[in-house]
Amino acid sequence: MTADVSRVSYRPKLLLFAAATLVLVLLALLPLYIDLYQIQLLTYGLIAAIAALGFNLLLGYTGLLSFGHSAFFGIGAYSVAFLLRDAGISLMEFYILIGLPIVALVSALLGYICVRHTRIFFGILTLALSQVVWTLAYKFFWLTGGSDGLRVARPNLLAGMFTFTGGGAFQRFISAYYYYVLAVFAICVVVMWVIVHSPFGKALQAIRDNETRAAFLGLRIRRFRWVAFLISGTMTGLAGILWVPLNGLTTPEVLYWTFSGEIVFMTLLGGFRNFTGPIVGGLLFTYLKTYAVATTEYWQLLLGVVLVLLVMLLPTGIVGALSAATAKLRPKEKSA
Amino acid sequence: MILLQTIDLSKQFGDVHACDRVNFTVNKGEFLSLVGSNGAGKTSLVNLISGHLAPDSGRILFEGTDVTFARIHERIRAGIARSFQIVNLFDALTVFDNVALSIFSRERKIVKIAALADLDRDVRREVLDVLSQFDLAAKSAVPAGGLAQGERKLLDVALAYALRPKLLFLDEPTSGVSTRDKTQIMDIVSSVVRAGAVTAVIIEHDMDVVFRYSDRIVMMHEGKFLADGTPEEIRANKNVANILLGAPLSA
Repeated sequence: MTADVSRVSYRPKLLLFAAATLVLVLLALLPLYIDLYQIQLLTYGLIAAIAALGFNLLLGYTGLLSFGHSAFFGIGAYSVAFLLRDAGISLMEFYILIGLPIVALVSALLGYICVRHTRIFFGILTLALSQVVWTLAYKFFWLTGGSDGLRVARPNLLAGMFTFTGGGAFQRFISAYYYYVLAVFAICVVVMWVIVHSPFGKALQAIRDNETRAAFLGLRIRRFRWVAFLISGTMTGLAGILWVPLNGLTTPEVLYWTFSGEIVFMTLLGGFRNFTGPIVGGLLFTYLKTYAVATTEYWQLLLGVVLVLLVMLLPTGIVGALSAATAKLRPKEKSA
Repeated sequence: MILLQTIDLSKQFGDVHACDRVNFTVNKGEFLSLVGSNGAGKTSLVNLISGHLAPDSGRILFEGTDVTFARIHERIRAGIARSFQIVNLFDALTVFDNVALSIFSRERKIVKIAALADLDRDVRREVLDVLSQFDLAAKSAVPAGGLAQGERKLLDVALAYALRPKLLFLDEPTSGVSTRDKTQIMDIVSSVVRAGAVTAVIIEHDMDVVFRYSDRIVMMHEGKFLADGTPEEIRANKNVANILLGAPLSA
């Protein structure tokens, strides 16, 4: 029989594209209406969203909970600091072009070890390996500056078209860097969306849901997990690369396991079983933490309470809960 | 023509001989039923041949090639596929995506990372064809976890069938469904399998189903083969009748 292949509907994709474009335009216009501090905060939020987006390829789509993603974020940040200090490079594009292969290499190596295990064993292994990286950064003072960390000056953007010296350099950098990060963020969102909707992405979801059956469809489970780990670590590393020029300093704190916990937190906050959850979670977490720190010295306690409430009341995260609520309000379709 | 052959294939769990020097052949094009009481070793034999278990000793030849220690994906590439006794699906994915995964895997498109899965028209066409054959086309957008048991059983078989295997093992495709659904499932499965010229080995407890659909029946008992023949020969075999009725074997 001849199947009707014309049933491919482009309408949902076009609607999604229109919605994404609208959000992007709003984000691009936002700096016109908010002050410099808010622009800086939003930039941090977008970077956190990139980290969470990368992390969620493993958690949400592959079913592997990593407690070691701080390692990739930190290696991205330190690679920028090394490139500036040891090679005198001050161009952001070079930081990305050189830093990404470094993070990818480390992700490939750690992933090769970690994906041999699943569940708690995978989590513990990622935690242990990231702590090794943290210890190296902490102890090798001559290389990493130890607990003092390494300072990173404001880089030039777009092959030197934008430089930041002289009066008002900080303000100009924050404004320009926001758009730089926004562009990278948009690229990351598109890349990740294509990945999770590709045959490879479907295979990851199949492995997550039923490893045995996936193997009996001919999928080489460990190889798929390894590639997912590699992509996930590299994207989180890219977030680290983008973060350090904004922060101006990298210390071993970004390699410590508690920072991995923050990446897990932001992903849970938005919701790990949908595409936009980690993006929303990354942005919200940045504001939540900033205001918690500004409000009370017991800010960790406050975040802890939020996490407990989140897990108990909104296990699918904010986006997951909103999706469920919207689905309930939508009129039911007639059954076929 | 022999498609599959096992030579003295053995597997032991503790003191239990799940398969005891089993010499099993499957001929190309036949619809064979593997029967026996619970614990007879049927599923263990399928697990050994499909690569789910490693044998203690013996060999497995598929189209004359030794696949005894081949990995699962290598056996699938060679043309051995299976369904499962307890339905094994990707419940969060749609029925369409479940079958699409099989086809992407078979076509080696599963590694594509920079292309949208649902825009592959060839795969889409084939998925809809397979779903139509298994009477599941109307459910293509439903998550597999939302199907009724009979539909889940059919989808389980469809996933294995979509791999276009040369040899398809069906482990109790009608277990847990009503008598009416059993006939419907077996009618669909047997017609699809025969139309696709796929050699099929079915594990089944319902002897009405076995006698109705099989070309050949093999009976296992305590890890060994007890009888092998046409439905008429098996029907006339007293040992088979005794085992099925729980009576002792004749000398």
